[in-house]
Amino acid sequence: MHEMSLAEGILDLIEDAARREGFGRVRTVFLEIGRLSSVEPEAMAFCFDAVVRGSRADGARLEIIVVPGAGLCLDCGRETALEAVYDPCEHCGAAPVKVTGGTEMRVRELDVE
Amino acid sequence: MCTTCGCGQGETKIDGQAVHDPDHGHEHTHADGTTHSHAHAYVPAHSHAPGVPLPRRVRIEQDILAKNDAYARENRAFLIGRRVFALNLVSSPGSGKTTLLVKTIEALKGKAAVAVIEGDQQTSQDAERIRATGAPAVQINTGKGCHLDAHMVGHAINELNLPEHSLLMIENVGNLVCPAAFDLGEAHKVVVLSVTEGEDKPIKYPDMFRAASLMLLNKCDLLPHLDFDVDQAIAHARRVNPEIEVLRVSARSGEGMDAWLAWLEKGAAAK
Repeated sequence: MHEMSLAEGILDLIEDAARREGFGRVRTVFLEIGRLSSVEPEAMAFCFDAVVRGSRADGARLEIIVVPGAGLCLDCGRETALEAVYDPCEHCGAAPVKVTGGTEMRVRELDVE
Repeated sequence: MCTTCGCGQGETKIDGQAVHDPDHGHEHTHADGTTHSHAHAYVPAHSHAPGVPLPRRVRIEQDILAKNDAYARENRAFLIGRRVFALNLVSSPGSGKTTLLVKTIEALKGKAAVAVIEGDQQTSQDAERIRATGAPAVQINTGKGCHLDAHMVGHAINELNLPEHSLLMIENVGNLVCPAAFDLGEAHKVVVLSVTEGEDKPIKYPDMFRAASLMLLNKCDLLPHLDFDVDQAIAHARRVNPEIEVLRVSARSGEGMDAWLAWLEKGAAAK
């Protein structure tokens, strides 16, 4: 379950930001998770709660912003929505499609005290 | 967790030794914090009950894997500097990665120096199998961890005295999910799919097949006894990753090993 390592990565980013910005507790963590990334939002929420226990983010709310998958069809040149990386173009049915969005795993911002 | 360098939950071991005990210093020179971020803090304009501190919003905009990727960049720079061709071998458990490595090392004896980093949750059996060939091997035990990360691999690289122009094989933890997300600093990921598995694995675990440059279809000597559809497996892999190269091999019978060795030679020359 790599969500555990990713949750530790989030806590690292929080601690780095706290040193830089001089804040105390964290109330909310806003995450951007792409639909095509290798992260399961529910597993991430579960691991996050466990990993931040006893830290400045203990009890913080995790807001996961799911970014939809998007691609560019190399055949018809149009943008297409993607549910999976290997989906064909929704307009012309061609595959493969170049993935242009939905793979992100980012900490966007924090609400802190 | 070590807050200085980000070591795991105290369970990671290299050749049986803890990567860090919390009391000792850090001798390695991993430079992290290569991500640059600019804080734009502001106080939201709404009132709060007296005594409750006002929250403020801090912009982070950083990739969750930023730390791993920084270590990976460092590993990659080191390996390229030494002209070491590094591969990250990934697969399900039981695909025959270790046997394939043993046969590869034997075939390259006298031609190229090979070193191996072995990743498993527990035991050093795989590293012992590699050392029996005469090649140096470092075992990383990830404890409960399901993948190798670039930080652990950086420590293991420090343990191996890699000669110039050598080959470094990193055998990841047997797992088709998690290792896909973690760059270790390798030149390529190589995914091993054995024909005793289903031909639909590439579409069931697309992240891994998308991340790999080469798919080795292993245990091909068993094909006459199986219903495995090779063409279908390749079609599935190409659907996920049109650029993936495919080689049919059998570590046991030696079938296809020449093509694999030629791929290694070509890759090592191109690095």
